[in-house]
Amino acid sequence: MADEPALAVTLAQARPIPLDARFTLGAGELLALVGPSGSGKTTILRAIAGLDPVPRARVVVAGEVWTDTARGIRLPPQRRRLGMVFQDYALFPHMTALDNVAAAVAAGDRTARRARARELLRRMHLEGLEDRRPHQLSGGQRQRVALARALAREPRVLLLDEPFSAVDQVTRRRLQRELVLLRQADPVPTVLVTHDLDEAVRLADRLCVVHHGRTLQVGTPREVTTRPASAQVARLVDLPNVYTGEVAGHEPARGLTLLRWRGRLLEARLQTAFPAGVAVDWVIPPGFVVLHRRDRPSRGERENPVAGRIGELYVLGEQAHVTLLVDGTVPLVFTVSAHAARRNGLAVGLEARVSLLAEGIHLMAKSPA
Amino acid sequence: MDWTALALSLRLAALTCLLLVPAALALALLLRRLRPGPRRLLQALLALPLVLPPTVLGYYLLLALGRTSPLGVLWEEVFGRPLVFTFEGILLASLVFNLPFALQPLARAVEGLPRHLREAAWLCGFSPLRTFLVVELPLLRPALATALVLVFAHTLGEFGVVLMVGGAVPGETRTAAVAVYDAVQALDDDTAARMSLALLGLSLVALLLLQMVEPGRGRHGR
Repeated sequence: MADEPALAVTLAQARPIPLDARFTLGAGELLALVGPSGSGKTTILRAIAGLDPVPRARVVVAGEVWTDTARGIRLPPQRRRLGMVFQDYALFPHMTALDNVAAAVAAGDRTARRARARELLRRMHLEGLEDRRPHQLSGGQRQRVALARALAREPRVLLLDEPFSAVDQVTRRRLQRELVLLRQADPVPTVLVTHDLDEAVRLADRLCVVHHGRTLQVGTPREVTTRPASAQVARLVDLPNVYTGEVAGHEPARGLTLLRWRGRLLEARLQTAFPAGVAVDWVIPPGFVVLHRRDRPSRGERENPVAGRIGELYVLGEQAHVTLLVDGTVPLVFTVSAHAARRNGLAVGLEARVSLLAEGIHLMAKSPA
Repeated sequence: MDWTALALSLRLAALTCLLLVPAALALALLLRRLRPGPRRLLQALLALPLVLPPTVLGYYLLLALGRTSPLGVLWEEVFGRPLVFTFEGILLASLVFNLPFALQPLARAVEGLPRHLREAAWLCGFSPLRTFLVVELPLLRPALATALVLVFAHTLGEFGVVLMVGGAVPGETRTAAVAVYDAVQALDDDTAARMSLALLGLSLVALLLLQMVEPGRGRHGR
């Protein structure tokens, strides 16, 4: 079948770590499993590799069934054509870089395997280091040997478990760039586990948000970070500005849904899934909050104007992060460029007015209290 | 100088190493597969020879190997000679009192083998046996050497258990350590001094060997 997923995963177990995970991967796609530490991301990866038995599991790779507990199928790890980079790389410490990679090359005699390993190391820019042992390599070099070893099996699926967490920031950027370039040349379907949301957003085609072993949402980075499936997902992807309100009605002609919030009537992008009168959670990502200029008060900025007092203001790099206290207590976070903050004379304690862009107001089913 | 006793000691030590170290490695691998509860219990039981007074251990061994014990009876039926007061008897005793010295370093090393290494090997397509031979065994080499040296040196030095189980039959069970005791009892200071010096020298060499092996533990780094 042409549209058969490169990888389809369904996992369920109650113990030791509860799992309720379900996602698919398209050909050549990179899916990032994101979530806090201990959310079960690595457990999911290990289940795909067949390293830990999961009571109810189905793992199908390009039509080939690797695990199907319902039919009693569970291929041993040896028979799963996959490459895995462990968080600590798990290089064989007594073998050279070349032997580490050659160990994973399946076909051919010793000479052919070593030639293939040499080629892979060259692709990873490791020529000249073939005879080094892992402890004679830097962290970044070790990671690249591990990646070369993972690719040596010509894997159907590549599994990366926090592969960039053990190296410094500069090396991390370089390795990320290399991974992207590598995937341009050879797009192996890849599952990346990371707790670094920025990293996931930069590298992944789609994100899969995991919490307590449950996959809560799968979507493009933009979908997940601007249209989270629930208030919980919003919190997990570090979105501020999550509130509760009530749907007042819909105006399809204007493409708007009206939202009652703290005595105000806000205009939101049309979202008819929620009938009038129903209570909802809603979120507005900081990027959709626009500051009104203080030096030139205008009536033009009529889109959901909201006023408040600035409760907190700090500058990180080029960005000023501002927390506006609406109605004295409700925090609304947005960012402006540092120079815009200066030009507008923003300071803690001052009044400021913003617009909430209707396009950015996203409604979600009300989460249980 | 009692060359017979020294040769007997060396033979006993060599045979103990040869039989015990592979067995201890197998045991260490078995321990890894157990759940923590049973594993701790078994480890404590197997470490008992370390803390028991040699006479107590010797007494229990005498009970276990004696001519009326099931094992003693069976042995005598098959081989036509008893276990107590024979070389085979002290070899068996030696295997028992040396077990912790072989097992401790090996069990610790096996436990210290990162699980990820094993799993990475599986994902390279290695069978469990090949994973052990190609990946894990080479990493256990320092621990194997430690176990060998410890067992060898400790066999040379053991006195109480050997005396309890074997007595001091020349050429059969009278080891170098026992010979020193006999020489002192017989006021033969000359022999006692030479035998002691020989044992001291051998033990020192063993410990020096151990020192040369030990730094190798960290050689591969992490």
